[in-house]
Amino acid sequence: MKAIKYIGLVIFIIAITIFTGTLFTGSFGLTKAEVNEYVETQGYKSEVIKQELEKATVTDEELSIFEFSSRVRDAYQASNNHYDDLIAKYDADKNWDKKGEQFQYKIYGKPHTLSYNLAKKAGSGFVKENAGLMWWLTFGLGSIGALLFILPNLILLGAPGIKNDGIFHKAATNRGWIAWLVLIYLVTFYLALYFRADYVVNWTFILDPISEFLNGGEASQWFVYGFLYCTIMSVMAVRMYIKYRHNKYQIMRTTSVLFFQIVFAFLIPEIMTSLNMPGYDFKNAFPLDYDFFFEWNIKSLTKSGGIGVFILVWGTILTLVIVPLMVYFFGKRWYCSWVCGCGGLAETLGDPYRHLSDKSLKSWKLERWVIHSVLVISVLMTVVTLYCYFSGAESLLGINSQWIKDTYSFLIGAWFAGVIGTGFYPIFGNRVWCRFGCPLAAYLGLVQRFKSRFRITTNGGQCISCGNCSTYCEMGIDVRAYAQKGENIVRSSCVGCGVCSAVCPRGVLKLENGSMDGRINPTEVLLGNDINLMDLLNQK
Amino acid sequence: MEHIVIIGNGISGVTVARHIRKNSDKKITIVSSETDHFFSRTALMYIYMGHMKYEHTKPYEDYFWEKNRIELKKGFVKTIETQSKTLHFAEGGTLQYDKLVIATGSKPNKFGWPGQDLDGVQGLYSKQDLDTLERNAPDNKACNRAVIVGGGLIGIEFAEMLVSRKIPVTFLVREDSFWNGVLPKGESEMISRHIKSHHIDLRLSTNLKEIKADKNGRAKSIIITETGEEIDCNVVGLTAGVSPNINFIKDSNIETDRGVLVNRNLETNIPNVYAIGDCAQQREAIGNRRPIEAVWYTGRMMGEALAQTICGNTMEYNPGHWFNSAKFLDIEYQTYGWVFAERGRPEYERHFHWIHKDDDKCITIAYHKDTNVFLGINTFGIRMRHEFFDTILTQKWTVDKVIEHLAAANFDPEFYKLHEKAIVSQFNTETGSTIRLSKKGWRKIFA
Ligand SMILES: Cc1cc2nc3c(=O)[nH]c(=O)nc-3n(C[C@H](O)[C@H](O)[C@H](O)COP(=O)(O)OP(=O)(O)OC[C@H]3O[C@@H](n4cnc5c(N)ncnc54)[C@H](O)[C@@H]3O)c2cc1C
Ligand code: SF4
Repeated sequence: MKAIKYIGLVIFIIAITIFTGTLFTGSFGLTKAEVNEYVETQGYKSEVIKQELEKATVTDEELSIFEFSSRVRDAYQASNNHYDDLIAKYDADKNWDKKGEQFQYKIYGKPHTLSYNLAKKAGSGFVKENAGLMWWLTFGLGSIGALLFILPNLILLGAPGIKNDGIFHKAATNRGWIAWLVLIYLVTFYLALYFRADYVVNWTFILDPISEFLNGGEASQWFVYGFLYCTIMSVMAVRMYIKYRHNKYQIMRTTSVLFFQIVFAFLIPEIMTSLNMPGYDFKNAFPLDYDFFFEWNIKSLTKSGGIGVFILVWGTILTLVIVPLMVYFFGKRWYCSWVCGCGGLAETLGDPYRHLSDKSLKSWKLERWVIHSVLVISVLMTVVTLYCYFSGAESLLGINSQWIKDTYSFLIGAWFAGVIGTGFYPIFGNRVWCRFGCPLAAYLGLVQRFKSRFRITTNGGQCISCGNCSTYCEMGIDVRAYAQKGENIVRSSCVGCGVCSAVCPRGVLKLENGSMDGRINPTEVLLGNDINLMDLLNQK
Repeated sequence: MEHIVIIGNGISGVTVARHIRKNSDKKITIVSSETDHFFSRTALMYIYMGHMKYEHTKPYEDYFWEKNRIELKKGFVKTIETQSKTLHFAEGGTLQYDKLVIATGSKPNKFGWPGQDLDGVQGLYSKQDLDTLERNAPDNKACNRAVIVGGGLIGIEFAEMLVSRKIPVTFLVREDSFWNGVLPKGESEMISRHIKSHHIDLRLSTNLKEIKADKNGRAKSIIITETGEEIDCNVVGLTAGVSPNINFIKDSNIETDRGVLVNRNLETNIPNVYAIGDCAQQREAIGNRRPIEAVWYTGRMMGEALAQTICGNTMEYNPGHWFNSAKFLDIEYQTYGWVFAERGRPEYERHFHWIHKDDDKCITIAYHKDTNVFLGINTFGIRMRHEFFDTILTQKWTVDKVIEHLAAANFDPEFYKLHEKAIVSQFNTETGSTIRLSKKGWRKIFA
């Protein structure tokens, strides 16, 4: 069994090495005709860009993606410089008409995105030509290796029960060197995905066939991310099923997040795209889905007829009615640990890191400041955007609509949710984003705290203050602080993962929905002393 | 300002300190020779098993003590001079008190076995014991086998710890079934089987004769009394119960027996000196309770009660209905009210026992054979609600009524398979009753 595990590990490492290695393969170059065609379809007005791109990409040399990217970016830069020079010149000449004319020739867009679009056409090589084989060598081998590593646990871990032995002894789960390596890999991955899409264009070649099958188009880096996300969640869900096989709540919850990820976040949007509809994730609620009310989205939805309008209405109802109503009945957990994609990754890939969250009072304070600020900013951004959309203005209250959207997308959307939120799993735990950053979680949390039937009931005086519950709370809630006082746990951040209840060796905690009365019970009830003393304590 | 000094920073000492602070402005000092800060002794096993680090076992963050003006002093109290109200420390120095609380807990029992003080022989009580174990048994290369002597709650935890590091364990238990001085037969036997299923070499009806040393004075083997068999091992765990940790008090004026003798107000024979927790011994046992109650919950309750007394609101230690819990490897155990084992069972106590076919869940309900009044329940592998049983014990429900409403007592996580139906039907068969399981939630029943 052990041997199988190690073989699995080796296979997995080989797969991930191949996967990473593909990035450095292939050669990139275009023909004159291709450049011509591209410039035309893009509708560039610049008279120099074609020539610049030809210089950069029509070559006999075998360009790597990095070199190709650098040349393409230079080409665009050169074109823009050319017109900037003209602008400066006409400005000096005070020739306003001429100066004004030049702006139409400039080409806007993020350099690496421009380069990605060309690279997608320019690439050739083994990976692109053998996408199927490469799929097997990466996704296929990786999944097989990981499963070989995970499945023997069914026997190795022994009878069903709590399986936390050695967690704080292992370099992978106790912030050791393995954890740091994983962190570096994940952070690099996210940086590339968000800011250097052209560098990972080879990955998209691997998935082109699958993408074409599903939605009729080539794979983008987001398709790669979505597919990888589903693969990782599926494999790690198997791990969850084995680890928590004695606990039906965990099994159901894992199945639920997996279903919503694969069907709602991945398949339905792809199928919608193939039917020429806007691809939409029906469970992704605003303000987690922060660009739902951005002009481009509203425009694209209103342009796509009935379905688009339906999505607009659905998205609005989801946030304003369904979300709070469900939180009232079941607590925030129905979303955060049963439906949400971010939560889904956190509960599968992130489960081995759940004990790394910070439980100090300080971090709780920080959490409340940060997460509620993000909520306020996301709402503010949306108000500004909508106002500008309907009024045609560029800003509201001195806040420029484009600026706030760009800043939010960059800082919150990319850095917080991706790079830090997931990249830092191995060091700060698996719910950094959900705890400190997610505006939807903040909103759900407010409802949960003040108007919900959900609570974690404490079983009278049975707590022995051991600390397992607090340690394994991914949200950094000091569960024990409540349990040892005999107090129910009603906290806005609780995502209802149920692990505190699972790990408690004394059966003290139970996630429940019930009447609002007595949900937050007075402290010191029933710790064991007889009623009189308790009355006295309660009078305080 | 009155100075309250508490010896011992365990659950009882810390609880009394916290509640004195809640109710007054008195000066409070907690003395301990064990650790700088309060930690949860019950969690010691999880540190060794790698579920937690020592840091996680501290119920309060380190800033808590200063913020609440509770002074912490590290030191070992050598003698107590009650006349001058002075503590003398082994490290030198003294401390004056106005009121003194003795909360020094327990120490592992040693019964004079030859070799009991050798290297490699240890109990499992203090943080130091844990550190010693980490040195004695870091893994199964340094420790090829461990022998645990004494089949109680700490013994089974000790065995589980070693098993988590794949160290082979031989578990010597004096009784002919695990913990059957406390658990009725059916339960005790189920747990015995469970222990064996975890590949622990459980030896029942077996006593330790002696521990043998190698030439370096380290334990190398043990001899069994009954068979004379010699078992090679590197670590011997002594877990044959605990007794009050009060040697340093024996020479003072404070009256002691096995523990520090106290009345219901937790006062000793000396005014302004109190004792609580594991080290306190009631002059007269309270109800079915033992005079010395060495469990977490009672330490906490005594601390709460004594704080009231010290703050001028004299209050007896008046524990409610008995409850307790433990975990035997994978099987959780809870008890509410009284369920006696074969030994010492009152003549009027009758049992209903149900066991699941998987051999990992069972319950025993005790009731009065004449009045049918429910006396208590032991539950294994099924969590039950404390508040439910506390209420019905006070209301003196009959066993029939308890069985009928058993579903309301369930405290298992959502979606768990429920067993009340099976339990009710077995009860009906055994007693010829026709009870139907009620679906009412527990709040509805008591409303
Ligand atoms: C491994 C283990 C598991 C347990 N599990 C459970 C459980 O699951 N449920 C349960 O109910 N109970 C359990 N217990 C028992 C429970 O931990 C004790 O009943 C409880 O800790 C006693 O608390 P206390 O405050 O009375 O004393 P302690 O916690 O023993 O604290 C006494 C403190 O006083 C210090 N001290 C003693 N003498 C001196 C001196 N002369 N000078 C200075 N300091 C001194 C000691 O070093 C110690 O730190 C367990 C015990 C152990 C060892
Ligand atoms: S895990 Fe259970 S016993 Fe331990 S501190 Fe939490 S509630 Fe208390």
